[in-house]
Amino acid sequence: MSRVTKFAAQDAGPAARVAGFMAHLRANGLRLGAAETSVALHALTAMNAYSPDECRNALRPICTGCKEDVDQYDDLFDAYWMDMGRVRTRAVPKLQTKGNNDVHSSRDASGEAGGSAGNATTPDGGDGEAESDGEGKLIATEVRNLSRKDLRDLVRSEEIAEAERVARKLGEALRDCRSRRRIAATKGDRLHFRKIMRRSLATGGEPLQLLKKRRPDRTRNIVTLCDVSGSMSVYAQVFLAFIAGLMRADQKADAYLFHTRLVRITETLRDKDAMRAIGRMSLMADGFGGGSKIGACLDRFATTYAKRFVDGRSVVVIMSDGYDTDQPHVISDALQKLGKRGCRIIWMNPLKGWRDFAPVTAGMKAALPHLDLFTSANTLSDLAALEGELTRL
Amino acid sequence: MERILTFHDLQSGMADLGYMASDDLAVSIHLALTLGRPLLLEGAAGVGKTEVARVLAEMHDTELVRLQCYEGLDAAQAIYEWNYQKQLLSIRASAEEGTTGQAAEERIFSRDYLLERPLLAAITKDKAPILLIDEVDRADEEFEAYLLEILSEFQITIPELGTVKAQHPPIVILTCNGTRDLSDALRRRCLYSYVNYPDPQMELAILNARHPDLNAHLAKQIIGFVQNLREEELEKVPGIAEMLDFAAALSGLGIADLSKDPEQVQRALIALLKTQSDQAAITTEVTQRIAGKAA
Repeated sequence: MSRVTKFAAQDAGPAARVAGFMAHLRANGLRLGAAETSVALHALTAMNAYSPDECRNALRPICTGCKEDVDQYDDLFDAYWMDMGRVRTRAVPKLQTKGNNDVHSSRDASGEAGGSAGNATTPDGGDGEAESDGEGKLIATEVRNLSRKDLRDLVRSEEIAEAERVARKLGEALRDCRSRRRIAATKGDRLHFRKIMRRSLATGGEPLQLLKKRRPDRTRNIVTLCDVSGSMSVYAQVFLAFIAGLMRADQKADAYLFHTRLVRITETLRDKDAMRAIGRMSLMADGFGGGSKIGACLDRFATTYAKRFVDGRSVVVIMSDGYDTDQPHVISDALQKLGKRGCRIIWMNPLKGWRDFAPVTAGMKAALPHLDLFTSANTLSDLAALEGELTRL
Repeated sequence: MERILTFHDLQSGMADLGYMASDDLAVSIHLALTLGRPLLLEGAAGVGKTEVARVLAEMHDTELVRLQCYEGLDAAQAIYEWNYQKQLLSIRASAEEGTTGQAAEERIFSRDYLLERPLLAAITKDKAPILLIDEVDRADEEFEAYLLEILSEFQITIPELGTVKAQHPPIVILTCNGTRDLSDALRRRCLYSYVNYPDPQMELAILNARHPDLNAHLAKQIIGFVQNLREEELEKVPGIAEMLDFAAALSGLGIADLSKDPEQVQRALIALLKTQSDQAAITTEVTQRIAGKAA
């Protein structure tokens, strides 16, 4: 039996099926418009459309736009076209009137109650250490918290607005004059020939007015990495609001969450509706409030995303308490690798605000030599106060 | 330009010129040619992205117009610029002749006073050239905006002159290796193909095409060695060009078997490893282990 999906007779021809495939890709997060559908149909006429492999190869360059897309393309193609001869009743999906996947109501959030392991000041009870001793010692755990937690419980929309204001200020503090392109300016360091020629026409070719150009200010790119492991969940509220605000204030900012895995949340947070963005993020932050593997996550960041998004114009902000289950040298190696990209590294440790705090945890000690700035930050006003420090970087 | 019917023809045509393309890549190039859309090639350094453009130009017997992008590249260096000195002289001359301002203006904003840069040159050629926009991610984001008009309409608007439309639209190849994220607007206008490191058979075919005199046993060993080396934790993973250099270095040193002369093999590694820490990490023992695995 052929593996190829069968289509019900009510569907109108191949065009509808390709349109259905596009809708299927779109539903899975690939950004495609009507123009791509038409190009895809053209492409198929140029190929031998009877061969599934050729179709697969032909549609790939049209439907994908970056490496992440390419990685999931084959599975999506199989899911639609190679459905083990199953009959697909309707290639073109009905318009959805209700139940959009992106909108969630807290009423249908499920499985949240069971996952309170990472709540308040107790770390999760993987080995029971925090329950038994009375010293309130924070420890890192390796257990991944599998229950889903709704991040919208933590963040309120007015906080995001406030955070947006703070984030905007911080962005301004990080302004840096490094552009190599020159633009017209009244006080500039070079002559702007194009404008001079234009103006000189009025005076018979005599350049009377000397116009200038100069290098404009460029903002630095802020990359945030937020630890959402169990030991951090009490502070996550502030940081998540800050990140959500930052993403709205600065179009170039980049954001990640990590616990035992690293998740890129930039695209998710670009959503126009701030609360919906947080809602989508909670779906991605599967394992939120569980254990932490700071070193491994930083290393993964340094070897993958950093190569694309971090350069000499970036400031990497890590928000974590430094309680790690990995060997401390993993953190320092990762930070060293990251530092080689030429970026500034800021570590915000919420515990630093405590009285008598000393960076005694092995992970934090290992990280210190690689940091440009090590500060505390517990509340939004603390973050706002950072402005002065950042200017000096 | 001969008409290419299927992507198999294209693939074998490229192979004749010494470029081995995977099915995946060949289909992308074939579609880019038939649909007349730009092709964006992404992939690590040294997988042969730029080479695609060179081979296509050779195959179609046409010119290769190359624009190397860099930070700070702007319209004046990529598209066109007015020849200011010449304009100035002309204005002076016309003042002495006593021509009117209108006539002078018409003259100095004509094609004679325009310096063509690669992008304008590519769309004014008599025969459709191959336009290679190399490492487009090195240019700033603002520059991408200039490209949009050229990539979708094959035209350039010069405010003083009007719109220049390509009579023979060029075949556009863009390459990038992920220095930064490209804008969606640019990606949407292109077909996209991610170029991976070749699999062993493909790489062996490349090596045989480039160094036909290499003995078969050594060629196999080299490919196995390089493929395994890519699995190691390296800062700069060696690409195809490095592999070819390495093969040339080995035959230059007169090595016939990788496991025979560890010292010499170690010396030849300078062709593969391009950072100090990589060279420190791959010691003689590691080399021998990898060579042993490859054999």
